[in-house]
Amino acid sequence: MSPFLLKRLLLMIPMLLGITVVCFVVMHLAPGSPTDLQTQMNPRASAEAKARLKSLYDLDKPLAVQYWLWLKKAAVLDLGKSFSPDRRPVADKILERLPVTISLNILSLGLIVIVAVPLGVMAAVRQDSLFDRLTSVFVFVGFAMPTFWLALLAMIFFGIHLGWLPISGIRSLNYEYLPPGERVLDVVKHLILPVLLSAFGGLAGLSRYMRSNMLEVIRQDYILTARAKGLPERTVIFKHALRNALLPVITILGLSVPGLIGGSVIFETIFAIPGMGQLFYMAVMSRDYPTVMGILLIGAVLTLLGNLLADLAYALADPRIRTS
Amino acid sequence: MLADFWKRFRKNPLAMAGGVIVLSLIVLSLLAPWLAPYDPAAVDLRNILAPPSADHWFGTDQLGRDVLSRMIHGAGISMKVGFVATGIALFIGTVLGALAGYYGGWVDGLIMRFVDLMLCFPTFFLILAVIAFLEPSIWNIMAIIGITGWMGIARLVRADFISLRERDFVQAARAMGAGDLRIIFLHILPNALASILVAATLGVAGAILTESALSFLGIGVQPPTPSWGNILTAGKDNIDIAWWLSLYPGLAILVTVLGYNLLGEGIRDAADPRLRSR
Repeated sequence: MSPFLLKRLLLMIPMLLGITVVCFVVMHLAPGSPTDLQTQMNPRASAEAKARLKSLYDLDKPLAVQYWLWLKKAAVLDLGKSFSPDRRPVADKILERLPVTISLNILSLGLIVIVAVPLGVMAAVRQDSLFDRLTSVFVFVGFAMPTFWLALLAMIFFGIHLGWLPISGIRSLNYEYLPPGERVLDVVKHLILPVLLSAFGGLAGLSRYMRSNMLEVIRQDYILTARAKGLPERTVIFKHALRNALLPVITILGLSVPGLIGGSVIFETIFAIPGMGQLFYMAVMSRDYPTVMGILLIGAVLTLLGNLLADLAYALADPRIRTS
Repeated sequence: MLADFWKRFRKNPLAMAGGVIVLSLIVLSLLAPWLAPYDPAAVDLRNILAPPSADHWFGTDQLGRDVLSRMIHGAGISMKVGFVATGIALFIGTVLGALAGYYGGWVDGLIMRFVDLMLCFPTFFLILAVIAFLEPSIWNIMAIIGITGWMGIARLVRADFISLRERDFVQAARAMGAGDLRIIFLHILPNALASILVAATLGVAGAILTESALSFLGIGVQPPTPSWGNILTAGKDNIDIAWWLSLYPGLAILVTVLGYNLLGEGIRDAADPRLRSR
């Protein structure tokens, strides 16, 4: 294992611990006790029963002890039982929904790269052209766009007015009765709007970043050298400049992970997609504390993993990082 | 200095447009009670979900309330949330960033690791988790958006302080016996004001977007208090019959956020032409 990798992995440990501390602090922000929800509606709950319930959740112990007990459980993914009527383990509820959220985010991340990179490069190559100006307008509007509103408009237009696309869920009611080929088509149709819209938020940022990156690279001496050698402009741009301008994009993608995961709450709620974001929203609305805490923890860990992946990818792509 | 700034700012049409949008919004929200054609809370059950007309320019909502009037009053709510939340973020970010940048060493290490840690949490998750434990009132929303949004400002202020702390004027102040606090707040901070102002303007835009998303999800500003976000919720509930509930409030959010962003970038370009983003 290279020293870089080892150092990077060791750095994760204090971060992970820090994340658990923040989660624990948030959990204890609640005025009163999390068990109030179970007892206050019940007039027959005696003081003794309340105390028993508290000791069941270790709430009668000192905070440090509570944290340690909670941490030990969280380490083996025992996040407690949900307060919702099904009383299922929180970890199970999250894990069964995680694949949906992760696949959606990977799809929109892919879409962001496919659209934003060429957009930024073209704008930089033709700086101050009409295309560049139009891209700038798009970027400005994209930054200011409330994407949930755009989602609402898209649902009205494509879903209701034109009737082209379904506006809720990830499969139709008659999914089970469709032949395999149509099943795929059915899911694809359901995914178009959510993926397009959750990608929209990241498009503006990345294409703007790509443009300024590219502009900077084009001014470098080695680009001048490449041009002086008489290389065709295409080769200069796509072989020499693009490679170097693409490097920092890896970091940007890593940094956009928390935004995408956070945004999944909005999109999964609007489009009724059974993912982790929707579960989070429902848990917040019903004050299902164990689930809220579990998802907060998982969300932060996913972000940490996203950053780790980005750093590793960067090291793979850029030899300077590995050797330094 | 200020005259130069204004000269450069005035020449930038986008910046001026942003300034005009923001100024008119502030005037609009201050004069809301006189400008709104109807009482924003007046229920008119004979006029439920009426489409836009001469009487109700932006139509009425599911209780027959005038959407335009609710939007005009909602502007003030958005501004208030934007300003207060950004004020909180500004305070935390400036103090922590200044301490980290000025002292360096372990103070810097500790504060910046904390910043990294906070950035690990998807902001929206953190906000929602805190809301789950508190009541979703407008004050709590402001506080939460502020408390979860200071990290960028802290990084910015820290960078400014690092580049400023070794300058001659700081050395001179120190030689004359000024204490650390005096140097931080009276000597260095004024020199970092331009970038803080830019961050604050962009921060208001971000806070308004966040508030509208929260209100849209029903965990932000609670009805009957009008907010652009919660009118959009009614739009979603009546998505197949009342498009006007979905169209206008979103447009208002878009224009407002655009205005603050343009103003912020305009201030940046005018304050320091070298920082120009292109």
